[in-house]
Amino acid sequence: MTIVHEVRDEPAHDVPERRITVTVNGTRKVIECEPRLLLSHLLRQGLRLTGTHMGCDTTNCGACTVLVDGTPVKSCTMLAVQADGHEVTTVEGLATASELHPVQEGFREEHGLQCGFCTPGMMLASKALLDRNPDPSEEDVRWALSGNLCRCTGYQNIVKSVLWAAAKLRSEREDQ
Amino acid sequence: MYPTRFRYEAPRELDEALALLREHGDEAKVLAGGQSLVPLMKLRFAAPELLVDINNLPGLDHHEVDADGNLHVGALCRHATLERSDLLREKQPTMAAAAPLIADPIVRNRGTLVGSLCHADPQGDWASVVLALDGSIVAAGPGGRRSIPARDFVLGPFQNALAPDEIAVEAVIPAPRGTPSGGYLKLERRVGDFATVGVAVAVETTDGRVTRAGIALTGVGGATIDCADAAEALLGRPLDGDTIEEAATLAARDARPKSDHRGSAQYKRHMVHTFVVRALEGTTR
Repeated sequence: MTIVHEVRDEPAHDVPERRITVTVNGTRKVIECEPRLLLSHLLRQGLRLTGTHMGCDTTNCGACTVLVDGTPVKSCTMLAVQADGHEVTTVEGLATASELHPVQEGFREEHGLQCGFCTPGMMLASKALLDRNPDPSEEDVRWALSGNLCRCTGYQNIVKSVLWAAAKLRSEREDQ
Repeated sequence: MYPTRFRYEAPRELDEALALLREHGDEAKVLAGGQSLVPLMKLRFAAPELLVDINNLPGLDHHEVDADGNLHVGALCRHATLERSDLLREKQPTMAAAAPLIADPIVRNRGTLVGSLCHADPQGDWASVVLALDGSIVAAGPGGRRSIPARDFVLGPFQNALAPDEIAVEAVIPAPRGTPSGGYLKLERRVGDFATVGVAVAVETTDGRVTRAGIALTGVGGATIDCADAAEALLGRPLDGDTIEEAATLAARDARPKSDHRGSAQYKRHMVHTFVVRALEGTTR
């Protein structure tokens, strides 16, 4: 049982809280927060979407990657207030109730994760790549994921997973 | 890690942003891509009282060539836009080579060229590129706009020539007078690292002879280095082996590398030579 729901400082008088509206995984959220709240913290602590991982907190590792209006962004390096009026997609927004996203399927089929810590960021960066380029080469995939670090060094299978997803998405499109 | 508390404003008009800066002076900071400023604030190396977020200002995300052939890059034009730009690939080979080498792909989605110049990190890649191209920065302030040449823009590490009530709205690269060629070569230990050695080369040729040249270095001194002698050595001459060798030797002489975890000073100086030769020979990748 959680007894403590939220502990916070009283807002400083000279720093008014901002009211922002952010669409997170398709749902509009109205949020009041201090300007210094990072997008990653809004997602994890504010909205309890803990699928967005914090790896380095210094803009290096890409574990906290989310999509803002479809573009991959390191959420530890963007203020929550900057997402006002924008659409954010986290790893929780990839699957539907009944089906995994093809990128997620790809990671399962090709063993694209070991410890799984980098996986949410990897998958969102991959989704953005495939939205832009449905038929990427291996080199394209490696290039697009070069801002995401995997400390298990499982890159080989991550690249395979993304190529698997690309093939699946293409065949789905042909079927339609 | 959290930044210290600050006030945040995201004006929708440039005049509004300038008024905020005028009111708060050097207690205010301009936020564009935020890929350097936000980390600095999280580490508390920077603690502005007011952040003026310019991301909602209209008309700053452009990169375009004007009627006279000058290239304008707006303050909200992201590195990723430049990386994918056909215009750059066609008209501006030095910048086209540099754009994909800035930081990493995700940082490039947010970070901006103008922001990078303003940040004035001595390790910055764009600083040497824009210096080699003899570019300038357009600052908007209470009295209108003024143009600051890139060579006068950086006063020291992380210090630029903007007044506290000015916003850099554009970088401008002058129109080439001949056929432009060149590149940016960056030695880095891994994607996203600062340059161990970065070499920007911009050359214009007419009838096989060099009519304009700029060579600048990143990562091999406490600041961006303008290799004026190396550039001068190219002028009026064809880009043959002897000319290239002379320019590369002069550029390596101007480097002021220090031995560190990225490599020895001797190695870095050697790489400056190698990169100048490669860029001038046109083997930029």
